[in-house]
Amino acid sequence: MNTADQYLKTIYVVQDSEDGPASTGSIADALGVSPASANEMIGKLEARGLAEHEKYKGVKLTDDGIVRARDALQTYCIIERFLANVLAVEDFQAEARELEAVIDDTVAERLDTIIDRQPECPDCFDPESDACACLEVAAAPVEPEQQ
Amino acid sequence: MVAVSVSQRVASDDQLARLLQIGIVLEEVVEARTHRHYQQLDAELDAEVETLLADAAEESADHRERLEALVEGLGVDSVPFGEIESLVDARYGRTRPEDFDDVLYDQLCNEETAYKFYDDLIEAIEGSDAAFSIDREELLATLTTIRDEEAEGVREVTEVMERR
Repeated sequence: MNTADQYLKTIYVVQDSEDGPASTGSIADALGVSPASANEMIGKLEARGLAEHEKYKGVKLTDDGIVRARDALQTYCIIERFLANVLAVEDFQAEARELEAVIDDTVAERLDTIIDRQPECPDCFDPESDACACLEVAAAPVEPEQQ
Repeated sequence: MVAVSVSQRVASDDQLARLLQIGIVLEEVVEARTHRHYQQLDAELDAEVETLLADAAEESADHRERLEALVEGLGVDSVPFGEIESLVDARYGRTRPEDFDDVLYDQLCNEETAYKFYDDLIEAIEGSDAAFSIDREELLATLTTIRDEEAEGVREVTEVMERR
């Protein structure tokens, strides 16, 4: 997933939770970047027809932006589910956030052939827990053993 | 929502180990799916496709062993093949190819996906100044060899597809 996709995913989740345009500040906070960096990327997304920025209101994704954001969110859910259920990673959210930039959509699609994702994905994504609401985590996850 | 780090670099041993584990799983998925294709389409497979699948399974096993050697050097366990095989089996019904054209396409996806994975991983390692506890040159040399073999695999499958 590239940086633009990470932004799209974040804007999608923020505008959904704020029930309206996403403020640059909220986007920057969610991504852990400066508002200046967020503004720069939002400008690029706007130039590509993926987002619309309205002064003093915030950013709204276009229809094309929403499609890409949902794909990115789905890829994120696949990575989380794979980490939690296949590799039994306890802090799967933190690791998914670290790995999402390095895992391409095509790789996520292959990982998707061995996980049990629900048809409603990515609508089941819960921003509060930063995870799919349908995700069942093993009661006693086992981290890969350190030798 | 929790803050994420927008970075395409491999920053630590743990992150590297996790990515190599994912590489191992991808190779295991290829091996397990190839075995299932055999069982599923045995009577329909001709010599050319059969050889292609056999070579692909062998190559994946070899890549897996090389990745396992790297992961061991990072003090992390591999993912047992049996575990991935049973996950592939569990979902194969929903994702299986219908005929050998589909098998070839599935194989093309395998090779392309693996190529993309290793190419991104190499770039992420090269873009990082983190010190890993395994030799960086050896790591990059191993991953580059594997990536180049995947590129060769893409070419081979494409050629077979074009001939048909």
